[in-house]
Amino acid sequence: MAVTQIHSEEAGYQRRNLWSGFLFGVGVVAFIDETLFHQLLHWHHFYDQSTTDMGLVSDGLFHAFSWFATIGGLFILADLRRRNAWSVKRWLGGILLGGGLFQLYDGTVQHKLMRLHQIRYVENIIVYDIVWNTLAIGMMVTGLVLINRSGKKLKEAEGTFREPS
Amino acid sequence: MNPHNHGYGALSIFLSALPFAIVILTYRILAVISGKRYKPFPPHRYLCWMLGIWCIALSVTGPLASRAHTDFADHMIIHLLLGMLAPLLLMLAAPMTLLFRTLSLKQARGLSRLLKSSPFRLLHNPFTASTLHIGGLWLLYTTDIYSWMHRSTIGHTGVHVHIFLAGYLFTASMVSIDPAPHRTSFLYRSLVLLIALSAHGILSKYLYAHPPSGVPAAQAELGSMIMYYGGDIVDIVLICILFSKWFHAARPRKALNPVTEK
Repeated sequence: MAVTQIHSEEAGYQRRNLWSGFLFGVGVVAFIDETLFHQLLHWHHFYDQSTTDMGLVSDGLFHAFSWFATIGGLFILADLRRRNAWSVKRWLGGILLGGGLFQLYDGTVQHKLMRLHQIRYVENIIVYDIVWNTLAIGMMVTGLVLINRSGKKLKEAEGTFREPS
Repeated sequence: MNPHNHGYGALSIFLSALPFAIVILTYRILAVISGKRYKPFPPHRYLCWMLGIWCIALSVTGPLASRAHTDFADHMIIHLLLGMLAPLLLMLAAPMTLLFRTLSLKQARGLSRLLKSSPFRLLHNPFTASTLHIGGLWLLYTTDIYSWMHRSTIGHTGVHVHIFLAGYLFTASMVSIDPAPHRTSFLYRSLVLLIALSAHGILSKYLYAHPPSGVPAAQAELGSMIMYYGGDIVDIVLICILFSKWFHAARPRKALNPVTEK
């Protein structure tokens, strides 16, 4: 009984490590996008005209969510730390998966389908698109590998844990 | 009130500052009185109260307030001070806690009955508070109310009182230092806050492209950017307080796992 309780608790912490990283990753990539590309480089802007109303609404929701995700993800991390349940590998994997997934969504749905804005207003935009989305997929794959590895470690740890009983 | 009226300068400054000085002093007196019976009221709450009242004073009197009649960007700075920053600071000053400490037991019970009544329950619900606060802003800037408020003294006063009261209600319904008789769940508050902050961001971007009637485009662009980025700063503080409440409430109550090799 005691063993299963510990197991379910451990599994819960593993899930929380993933969520904390995922949220923080989405928030950080959204933040970098806004700060670097909107405000410092001025590649695309605060309000790119010719947007649909849906685009405006989805952007607003997303912006609020990215603040929530960044701050919330870090508070969950603080909670994991005080419970001695922080798995660095799984957390980093979550960041890369969340960040990559958001960047891919931004690069495909927002840039291409809804045509909210493009990465940069130049002739050979396809080069930027390829770099942007390849980077996104690369982050997701690295993230998944890290998450998978930390999961294996967990199973091994469970195996040694069961032996005495 | 008129900045060109040099003859009455000193007197008019004194008179317009007087109500705010009285409000600050009252808080201080209550803190000293109740500090004799209970433990001393924390000085940082006192500081928050002073800064909050100062924000209100800046928005209703003085040079910034007179410029806001003609300039949309100045109007937006006031909107931030009066509707977001002042409510946040005053909430952090925990005025209801101070009031409860000062009142006699009988009076305190009466006040708490009033706060527990159903009208207050309805107002204090995050959904109602958000609708009054953000919905009010949508009405103000997308209808003729904005140009009407600059023509009418009643309109001007009414809009400013509404912006402050709705802002305070909104802040208190999401996060509060004061005891809240009908606190809603953390998840519900997070979701409503998420939607409310989005609606604020969407409105500020909408104003960039669609200025309120009578506002020149350049002013509207500057004003909407002040609204957007200024709102972000206050939002971050709100979200941090909301999550720190969760962090405190969700603290582990039993022995921790031993540190395992990872």
